[in-house]
Amino acid sequence: MIEAVHLTKRYGTTTAVDDLSFTIEPGQVTGFLGPNGAGKTTTMRMVIGLDKPSSGSVTIDGRMYRDLPAPLREVGALLDAKALHGGRSAYNHLRVLALSNGLPLSRVDEVLKMVGLKDVASRRAGGYSLGMSQRLGVAGALLGDPGILMFDEPVNGLDPEGILWIRQLMRSLAAEGRTVLVSSHLMSEMALTADHLLVIGRGKLIADTGVQEFIDLSSAGTVVVRSRDDNLLAARLAEQGARTEPAVGGGLTASGVSSSLVGEIAFAAGIILDELTPQRASLEHAFMELTKDSVDFGASPSELASVGTDYPTTDGSR
Amino acid sequence: MTTALGPRAGRPAQPRQGGAGASPARFSDALRCEWAKLTSVRSTWVTLLVSLLLGVGVGALISYLAGSHYATGGFRGRAWDPTAVSLRALTIAQLAIAVLGSLVVTSEYGTGMIRTSLTATPRRGRFLSSKAVVFTAVALVVGEIMAFAAFLLGQLAIGSNAPHTSLAAPDVLRAVIGAGLYLALIGLLSSCVGALVRNTAAAISSMVALLFVLPGVVQALPASWSNVITEWWPTQAGSQVYSLHRSAHTLSAWSGFAVLVVFTVIVFTAALWVIEHRDA
Ligand SMILES: Nc1ncnc2c1ncn2[C@@H]1O[C@H](COP(=O)(O)OP(=O)(O)O)[C@@H](O)[C@H]1O
Ligand SMILES: [Mg+2]
Repeated sequence: MIEAVHLTKRYGTTTAVDDLSFTIEPGQVTGFLGPNGAGKTTTMRMVIGLDKPSSGSVTIDGRMYRDLPAPLREVGALLDAKALHGGRSAYNHLRVLALSNGLPLSRVDEVLKMVGLKDVASRRAGGYSLGMSQRLGVAGALLGDPGILMFDEPVNGLDPEGILWIRQLMRSLAAEGRTVLVSSHLMSEMALTADHLLVIGRGKLIADTGVQEFIDLSSAGTVVVRSRDDNLLAARLAEQGARTEPAVGGGLTASGVSSSLVGEIAFAAGIILDELTPQRASLEHAFMELTKDSVDFGASPSELASVGTDYPTTDGSR
Repeated sequence: MTTALGPRAGRPAQPRQGGAGASPARFSDALRCEWAKLTSVRSTWVTLLVSLLLGVGVGALISYLAGSHYATGGFRGRAWDPTAVSLRALTIAQLAIAVLGSLVVTSEYGTGMIRTSLTATPRRGRFLSSKAVVFTAVALVVGEIMAFAAFLLGQLAIGSNAPHTSLAAPDVLRAVIGAGLYLALIGLLSSCVGALVRNTAAAISSMVALLFVLPGVVQALPASWSNVITEWWPTQAGSQVYSLHRSAHTLSAWSGFAVLVVFTVIVFTAALWVIEHRDA
């Protein structure tokens, strides 16, 4: 379990991570989602003690990372696949890591086999392709057979086969009861792997919710309607508190109102409808909507909470 | 391929207990790790070979040339110091040791390995100390080998053209052992400087400035200043330990060495503070 409490990191005047509180539970894949520059990497660096929080704290099963007696046995992190000495062979790289935590050297061969690098393990790691480096990074993360795993944008730059492999890996790690945190700036990627989402924008927590709730939340209340009298319908809808705007290709897009309510309002006003379509917003769209808010005016928890999803409380407990 | 994780695969979802109960990582593990790091990159062997070639090879050459010019070179009496002649090339070889000392730390930053290293060993004091212990031990062994080889080969190379000396002569053994100690300390100092500046070029430039440039610049100051500074300049003072004779404005062998030790300890402490307080 990873627990952040009021975690904040400032670099000079930039606030990279802004008062984040969350708990990452075992047994599921938690997607850490946010646009580039949202503070995902910085948060993960603080989890493993590479950066010191400006305020707040983050703990691993209740302890600071640096106080873990054998950190590789508890947390496996892949933040940057190229964070190694390119002159060392993959085998020696892993051997160095194993020695540092007193892990048996037999683990080196085991993880090399798991990630499919056994045959190239004696080659310089600096000559590896990005895909091979990612596999080596995964091998390093799995070396201590840790209960907590953290991957920062693991599919970036991978070929389709590698992407599939990473996804399956994360799912199986979670299925084994491990805590898995994986970051991405791509909503579509998260939809395929994550059970739970932690969405951040500009360092602030925007949502802490299940993937399905997230989709439901963001598609709620958007309806495309075409009628014989759009002006009148727009006025009637406005009276009921819905917002409307002209839809692409004619008609109206109404938000804050369900499709059945639009139908009732039209019927009551005697307006003939030509089309009435509830919009299933894509995850990508939902994500853009949410993070756009965070960029424009900062997420207002009350506004978001009014849609009825599970939002974080300030102390991170849920 | 499936992502079989060995014995664990297929286990039903359940919260796992973290590595509690597992044996904690010890300082000796960090030492083993640093030894494996040092011996698994080619630059280590290349740099050590270069330093030996410089210290011993160039040393023998200098000794041979000095010996053959003994008659014409104006060396007479106290000006002729066969120990100093045979160890002269160490002033160049120390740079190769300093380069390796810096690289041991700065290559971690240059390659990004530092982030992986500190993830594996988040106790940064332990990380830097174990690195320092392993590298200093290696530098000491190489330094002593170099000092003895340079001395013995040098005395041979001086040949019969000029007076030479032996380890049995007064203070000579101290000077030769001292040369190895000095080289080990220079290596350690360079590692600490590397930890302070985190960049290979900056670390090596700093060491060149400390060893060669600044002592030269000091000579341009009025004598009342330059004499004192030269006497106490850490690397100059430290080099007294491999010198047989005291010229004016120098410390004794072991006092001078102590100055270098104290200076290195101060820089090491600064390096510990920096690595502890700066983000990786
Ligand atoms: N070492 C640093 N110094 C200054 N600013 C930084 C540093 N690291 C990250 N930042 C800034 O912090 C913000 C968050 O960055 P990051 O955590 O890398 O975001 P993400 O991983 O979500 O793309 C960005 O605005 C970035 O420019
Ligand atoms: Mg990032």
